[in-house]
Amino acid sequence: MKVSYYPGCSLHGTAKEYDQSVRSVSHALGIELEEIEDWSCCGATSAHSTNFKLSIALPARNLIAAEKKAQDVMIPCAACFNRFKTAEHHLSQDPELKAEIEEIVGGRYQGSAAIRNPIDIIVRDIGLEALAAKVVKRLAGLKPVSYYGCLLLRPPDVCRFDDAENPVLLDRILAVLGAEVRPWSFKTDCCGGSLTISKTEIVVRMVDKLMEMAREAGANCLVTACPVCMANLDMRSSKDAGLPVFYFTELAALAMGQEGPEGWFRLHRTDPRPLLKGLQLL
Amino acid sequence: MKTFLEEVNEKINGVPIQRCYHCRKCTAGCPMAFAMEHNPNRVVKMIQMEKREEVLASGTIWLCVSCETCITRCPNEVDIARMMDVLRQMAIETGVGAKEKNILKFHEAFLANIRMGGRINEPTMMVHYKLKSGDLFSDMAMGIDMFRKGKLSLISPRTRDMKSVRRIFEKTRQS
Ligand code: SF4
Ligand code: SF4
Repeated sequence: MKVSYYPGCSLHGTAKEYDQSVRSVSHALGIELEEIEDWSCCGATSAHSTNFKLSIALPARNLIAAEKKAQDVMIPCAACFNRFKTAEHHLSQDPELKAEIEEIVGGRYQGSAAIRNPIDIIVRDIGLEALAAKVVKRLAGLKPVSYYGCLLLRPPDVCRFDDAENPVLLDRILAVLGAEVRPWSFKTDCCGGSLTISKTEIVVRMVDKLMEMAREAGANCLVTACPVCMANLDMRSSKDAGLPVFYFTELAALAMGQEGPEGWFRLHRTDPRPLLKGLQLL
Repeated sequence: MKTFLEEVNEKINGVPIQRCYHCRKCTAGCPMAFAMEHNPNRVVKMIQMEKREEVLASGTIWLCVSCETCITRCPNEVDIARMMDVLRQMAIETGVGAKEKNILKFHEAFLANIRMGGRINEPTMMVHYKLKSGDLFSDMAMGIDMFRKGKLSLISPRTRDMKSVRRIFEKTRQS
């Protein structure tokens, strides 16, 4: 299948291992990515916290550009995904706002391109069996907890691809890769998000709690689909309290025997390589 | 003149917040409640009681991280997360400013960076924020580590059609 691709700013910077692993896994699964022409930032938390119309107009600019191609839009970053879905929600509910935003952006919005997260695309369009067929190295001994965070699934009537309180799709993907997924009750708890720079002490406290709960659940790593969660979990735990954290696509690439994972793992702050080497996965 | 409650409801443009019956589900699930001076459901009550200055000048509205747990769980579909957005915007528009100054400075630096290049360039955005906030030295070691790993680069690709991006900022400017 062919999809439009919106990497967003993080995936070109601090989350470049997410971008590379998404591209690599997509390629292997037969998903062709076409980057949206001349995309711009979605505005993230900073736009919607301070200026509602700006927070709708910025994603709308990209949606309108994406609509030139009749295909779904894949957005790996949970934060961008949430802003696009929210913009879509408001634009489809409020004709007055839609007219105003179209004037601001200078283009017509049709609402024709479905906004999708790769988790959803892999499970629903590619299928877990097709994914299983590509696994050459089962991730035996890896005991992840899946961490969805806030922005993939809330609010449920906007995001709508998995249960908002106990999501399971990421767990299923990880199980197919051969990991021994641990159940826990913090799948959708918050990591502190964008306060990481301006209110670091609060975020450290939240991340430490998540790490503690992950250990209590018997996990030896955490898995996410969000660059903001990754940055916080990987960099904000106090002292040596942190477990390694992975993007789910990094693990998928590893299980599929692809080139690349080792270089991506090198970019993490909490080095996951000792864990993987101990399990003979690297 | 409109009451504070009417004004907030109008801006939320959804379920009126007085549907809240103070079950405190939002507060129980709010990850930031521990750091806030007023619980999220209490803010609803304060709005009904016309405590405009107290609400807009509170740190609470800035500490809300928009995790959307409250709206997900509210039995009455009261959109507390959206209410917090509206209150922050009212604090800016009415000149009350932000009690949590650095949180607003971060948002300003972030948006200024988009306005400049269409996309966030993390290092220049951080430098801008640090100059604004005066918090110069925290996270230095981490930043240097990321430069070394090639995660941060001063030159990242920008949006070419900057005219359209600037137009969006012009046209959505709050008076
Ligand atoms: S969950 Fe809803 S009804 Fe309950 S206190 Fe919060 S806003 Fe009010
Ligand atoms: S959106 Fe804000 S108020 Fe609502 S639960 Fe999250 S942090 Fe608390």
